[in-house]
Amino acid sequence: MRFMVMVPADKESEAGVLPTEQQLTEMMQFNEQLVKAGIMLAGEGLHPSSNGARIRFSEGGKKTVIDGPFTESKELIAGFWIWQVKSREEAIEWAKRAPFQAGVQLELRQIFEAPDFGEALTPELQAKEEQLRAQSEQLSRAGAKA
Amino acid sequence: MEDAHRTIDAVWRIESSRLIAGLARMVGDVGLAEDLAQDALLAALEQWPDSGVPDNPGAWLMTTARRRGIDTLRRRTLLQRKQEQLGYEIEAQLERAVPDLDAGLDDDIGDEMLRLVFTCCHPVLSTEARVALTLRLLGGLTTPEIARAFLSPEATVAQRIVRAKRTLAEARVPIEVPRADELHERLASVLEVIYLVFNEGYSATAGDDWLRADLCEDALRLGRVLATLMPNESEVHGLVALMEIQASRLRARVGPSGEPVLLLDQNRARWDRLLITRGLDALARAESLGGAFGPYALQAAIAACHARARTAEETDWKRIAALYDALAQLAPSPVVELNRAVALSMAFGPAAGLELLDTLAGVKALAGYHLLPAVRGDFLAKLGRVDEARAELARAAQLTQNARERELLLARAASLSDSQA
Repeated sequence: MRFMVMVPADKESEAGVLPTEQQLTEMMQFNEQLVKAGIMLAGEGLHPSSNGARIRFSEGGKKTVIDGPFTESKELIAGFWIWQVKSREEAIEWAKRAPFQAGVQLELRQIFEAPDFGEALTPELQAKEEQLRAQSEQLSRAGAKA
Repeated sequence: MEDAHRTIDAVWRIESSRLIAGLARMVGDVGLAEDLAQDALLAALEQWPDSGVPDNPGAWLMTTARRRGIDTLRRRTLLQRKQEQLGYEIEAQLERAVPDLDAGLDDDIGDEMLRLVFTCCHPVLSTEARVALTLRLLGGLTTPEIARAFLSPEATVAQRIVRAKRTLAEARVPIEVPRADELHERLASVLEVIYLVFNEGYSATAGDDWLRADLCEDALRLGRVLATLMPNESEVHGLVALMEIQASRLRARVGPSGEPVLLLDQNRARWDRLLITRGLDALARAESLGGAFGPYALQAAIAACHARARTAEETDWKRIAALYDALAQLAPSPVVELNRAVALSMAFGPAAGLELLDTLAGVKALAGYHLLPAVRGDFLAKLGRVDEARAELARAAQLTQNARERELLLARAASLSDSQA
């Protein structure tokens, strides 16, 4: 199973302050452990929200773009990992080993994968799938003739 | 209480292979190393639910296992005086080894892990034994998990592991990385074991047996670990690339009612882009190390051609045909030739495919292989040779073991006669 591990933003990350050399070294060592254990699929750090944007969808198909920065920094993330683990507990065990200082709160969320949909993949959704596939097959046949 | 046990399971999953690898190197016996590690696990199960999980659980397990190791060896030396000297040596080694899994010892750990990898896949063991031992000691799977994944009775797998450990001890297999002159041959056996595990899971995903499909993840994990242990071995990256790209299609290769969906019919939007990216990166690494023509790298390169194509029509069949050509020269097999024929027909038309296929007609290994007449029937149909095509498709239907496939083949044959009538 896969987990996304989210690292929250703080005042400094939002201000664009880069981590200290020691923080960076510790984080690199931790990342190396993740890679050596074969569980790290991806891991990225994010620019401050001042570099980001939000797109709000409203009635009537209206879309509003709101430029960063966003003030409620508690809800912002500064980086994430994607890990492939055997269990939720394993993800938690790894997360506990991450080199963060007091006050940081990591959040783990499981990523949906095919078998997770088992029950939720209702007959209607399955039919939709089937239809999509038929369409793509038609398209590919048309493409083959072209 | 239940929570503590699940946490311990997770810690075990993370630490067990390093623990066993370290102990194996100290005591020179994989079986004893695993027993010691298991003893430490039992101690953790007894103590941690009350005391809480220690801050550095890996070091705790190592210290505990080491202490038990010393006790065991003391008892042994008392019983077997003549082994006294050896016992003390090992004891001294155990005393010296200061476990600090988090700091500074990374190179040692890597070396120990690599020794364990090669020992688990040692040629004195049968392939089945290599697989079981690898999953258990390196993959951190329990015996029941391995049994379930391979649809074998638990007792059989347990026996297999016990016997494998005994074989290693009796043959006095040294726990070491092979010398340069035999490294590549031995590495091939390691890669074979990992790919076998992957394929076992991959073929299971055609059904709805997701427990077995976990084997794909186990194999990928082993492959990724091996890639960090042997970063300069191109074929390791080639195998990882092949597995990442194949795994990227896992959720697209089964239809809503559990039926297999062929590669060219798959909804590419469901392919896992993250795994494709990882696979292409690994392939690039294999190629940059000069390994573009290794057997796994070649297969990965073929898989990559499909992965890069946004639609089935964009597939670079000429390149695939050329890659199969290289693969056929490197690792000639009738199945590779069959695939090459398909690639040729896609690249240059059915006549080119048919020409190659006809050279395979007398090959023994393909006698009774339903895909040969199935593919031949397809080529003939495309060439408008309907009667011959129908006969081949019917023959393929007769040969296949799979009822669903038989239906499809017969339906295809029937549709041919309809459209011609």
